[in-house]
Amino acid sequence: MPASDVAVEERPTTSSVEPVVNDFSIQVATVNGSGSQTANLVLLRAIFQMGVPVSAKNMFPSNIAGLPTWFTIRANKDGYVGWKKKTEILVAMNPETAREDVLNLDPGSVVVYDEPLKLDSVRSDLVFYPVPFNTLVGDVTREVTLRRRVRNMIYDGVLSRLLGVEIDQMEVALRKHFGNKVKVVAINRAALDAGYAFAEQHLEKRDPYRIEPMDENQGRILIDGNAAAAIGCLMAGVTVVTWYPITPSSSLCETLIDYLRKYRVDKETGKASFAVVQAEDEIAALGMAIGAGWAGARSMTATSGPGISLMGEFTGLAYYAEVPAVIFDIQRVGPSTGLPTRTAQGDVLTTAFLSHGDTRHPLLFPCSPEECYSMAINAFDLAERFQTPVFVLSDLDLGMNTWMSPTFAYPTKPMDRGKVLDAATLDRIGQFGRYRDVDGDGIPYRSVPGSSMPAYFCRGSGHNEWGQYSERADDYQKNVDRLLRKFETFRNWMPAPVVEINRKAKVGIIAFGTTHWAVVESRDQLRNEADVQTSYYRLRAYPFRPALASFIERHDRVYVVEQNRDAQMAILMRLELRAELSGRLRSILHYSGDPIDARTITDDILVQEGYRVHYSAADGVIPHDAGVGGE
Amino acid sequence: MVTATPTPKKKTNRLGLELPVYRGSKTTLCAGCGHNAISERIIDACFAMGIEPTQVVKLSGIGCSSKSPAYFLGSAHGFNAVHGRMPSIGTGALLANKNLVAIGVSGDGDTGAIGIGQFIHLMRRNLPIIYIIEDNGCYGLTKGQFSPTADVGSTLKTGVVNELPPIDTCALAIQLGATFVARSFSGDKKQLTAILKAAISHRGTAMIDVLSPCVTFNDHEGSTKSYAYAKSHEDPLEELDFVPYFEDIAVDYEPGETQEVTLHDGSRLYLKKLDERYDPTDKMQALRVLHETHERGEFATGLIYVAPMTDDFLTTLNLVDEPLASLPEDQVRPPRSVLNEIMASLA
Repeated sequence: MPASDVAVEERPTTSSVEPVVNDFSIQVATVNGSGSQTANLVLLRAIFQMGVPVSAKNMFPSNIAGLPTWFTIRANKDGYVGWKKKTEILVAMNPETAREDVLNLDPGSVVVYDEPLKLDSVRSDLVFYPVPFNTLVGDVTREVTLRRRVRNMIYDGVLSRLLGVEIDQMEVALRKHFGNKVKVVAINRAALDAGYAFAEQHLEKRDPYRIEPMDENQGRILIDGNAAAAIGCLMAGVTVVTWYPITPSSSLCETLIDYLRKYRVDKETGKASFAVVQAEDEIAALGMAIGAGWAGARSMTATSGPGISLMGEFTGLAYYAEVPAVIFDIQRVGPSTGLPTRTAQGDVLTTAFLSHGDTRHPLLFPCSPEECYSMAINAFDLAERFQTPVFVLSDLDLGMNTWMSPTFAYPTKPMDRGKVLDAATLDRIGQFGRYRDVDGDGIPYRSVPGSSMPAYFCRGSGHNEWGQYSERADDYQKNVDRLLRKFETFRNWMPAPVVEINRKAKVGIIAFGTTHWAVVESRDQLRNEADVQTSYYRLRAYPFRPALASFIERHDRVYVVEQNRDAQMAILMRLELRAELSGRLRSILHYSGDPIDARTITDDILVQEGYRVHYSAADGVIPHDAGVGGE
Repeated sequence: MVTATPTPKKKTNRLGLELPVYRGSKTTLCAGCGHNAISERIIDACFAMGIEPTQVVKLSGIGCSSKSPAYFLGSAHGFNAVHGRMPSIGTGALLANKNLVAIGVSGDGDTGAIGIGQFIHLMRRNLPIIYIIEDNGCYGLTKGQFSPTADVGSTLKTGVVNELPPIDTCALAIQLGATFVARSFSGDKKQLTAILKAAISHRGTAMIDVLSPCVTFNDHEGSTKSYAYAKSHEDPLEELDFVPYFEDIAVDYEPGETQEVTLHDGSRLYLKKLDERYDPTDKMQALRVLHETHERGEFATGLIYVAPMTDDFLTTLNLVDEPLASLPEDQVRPPRSVLNEIMASLA
């Protein structure tokens, strides 16, 4: 790599009067259960409606009411939607965290706060806007419960005035949120107006941050990944949904239930073309999905890491018995109590090899709501085509946060129900053997109970190709070899990677899932700040395609960026790569429970590339002096 | 209602099928195992009731009992699930195709220990499945350890004494809302066949605990699940006569002595009471009888509890008439207009 000097650029301080337009984050610190979600979503949607690229991250505790929550909205004219650690504007509503929240800000940042908190005494290098929330809400309504509900809407009014977020767009967002509840919209609007009027009369604008209209959001929607996956399941023609509640996956099934009730119940008869069962645990949830898949339904379940652990035994059975099922794993941080509401990509190895004995499972890695939708549809086709459990690995960041997305495309291909035995097929193949490889692709034909086709007794690994019980060594080995052949067949059926080759690049980056958004931004940082050119391979599925090895071959060093401690995806790659290519892999790992951010990736790559980096008060770390250079 | 079948020349049932159609592969269980007798009774009952074998799913967990579905109804699909998890597989299969006749075979370990959770929720849901526990009080396939239905004081072959109280699966099932609960003995051919036929006619979970001695590990003196003990301690509640809905047979009986129960499909069960107070539609009485007989060291057999007209799980789901598994694409993939409507709501 070029080991030339990198100019040290002193950043202007943020107290500069130069306006900062559509490029900053707003963080609202509240207590959970205080009803701030409406105010936050209205603010987010209003900025979205102004055509400005926007994203949101909700950092919430595993708790119903009373613990601190931070909701961050990032507006970015360049379209970066990944997590950014630095916040320019803080709305401090939580007395417990207010002091620490203020201390964490960079100089020049803005604090809108509840006046009695007296936060302006904490620091002198910030722009403080005190707001007497209780007084203002008292003028909006006399009713105590209503006051509590609309109090947060006042900060939306204040921000509208301070930042130039159009108040009429906020009203449109309110209507969207509350539908035709006229009175509710009216009282929230009154709270907005109260905040706006207060800011107009009492707060002199002393910060540079502004939202100005753009035209970037035509044809876009706002949606979370779980809702997107739910729409995918609806469009995939799912018929059996069996699940057990677990954060952060519950909203996937709950949203799906809403859509199924709306669109899949016969209006005349009231009868449903689907069945949903809330099971007694994740073991039963997957057992039911497998039972349904065996009997010919399009079945699914959704869970998170702890549920995946419980599903281990059944997943192995479905692998050997060759039964389709779709399993959504909305990944989160580790077991039991602790950080169940924080994000991670920590289930890669677990799901790839879930269960005992020799097992391997196909995995899909959506990075966006649009892919949650399209991969959900794809997952059902793959599961039935290959008669095996298929895992869709989303995460909390994607599943539960609100993202901008292009509208979803209607499926162009008919459903692929796979090799289900019918009379014509039986005629063609002669005799039915449940585990016979008739077509040479490792995929046998299956008969479905109740179809009057020849029956078989479905069981674990102890069967011959006719589906008869067998403990013979040759039968067993022949069968597991065929399963491997089947696995090889689906390599090229899995979604292709998205590859961007930069001919000048000696450095490659591989990422998957939500890490993508931080990588997009990091690649620009690397190029703009240190002239490090990169190529990019966004993985979308396991098993990997042969293109993976070719990509690594093109580059001297390839950084695998992922959100876990143990470099799980890199390990999975190393199992398949020849040693020379394996040696080119390096890891960028992020595992704090927060979503990964571009700055973390950029700094880590620069350090590993031999640059020395130093911390800048303004912007975390910037590259400084090319050091020893790369190898 | 349905044509009465005249006495056939060749022994065929109302579908015109012969008995061998209902057989399965050769058993690999020990000679004399009670489970084999139960398989025979299942074959008899399915034949007599004229069940279409291709519409049956046979389900099981793990253990000696769970091997037995291979030994009856060879032309039916079967699923040998993982240990203790047959209820969830059965639930899924029936969700996919509500027209299937589900016969589940479990054991006392498969149900009472590892599978107690799924058993409990199966009973709560009242899924239409015949759930048979082949109960021998021990783990046969792992060579004779106690199971949770072993009685206090019962001994292993090695002399080890069981110290823990047994789970009474029948009492548990009744308490959990099961709608058909019976107990029988693998050696009682007449009673077990009648119960199985009635179970086929029932719409809902039919839970049948069948004492089925393990001739290899639990048939010795000191065991309360041996043949000898079962024979001498069985306490039948009634004599059962089953009349299927498709046979027009009048039964004379003395009111007061015999109770008639009409099952979901119109079949009738005549219970000639041995204890004249006993009423199997009375839940509290059922629980009391189970408790009292157990206290006496006996076990009550027969139809212990029945609530024949309760809605089953699939009915409450209000599914379309055709099985979900075979719905065509245009019935499960909403049209483009639906996606457009959803997208518009999110823009």
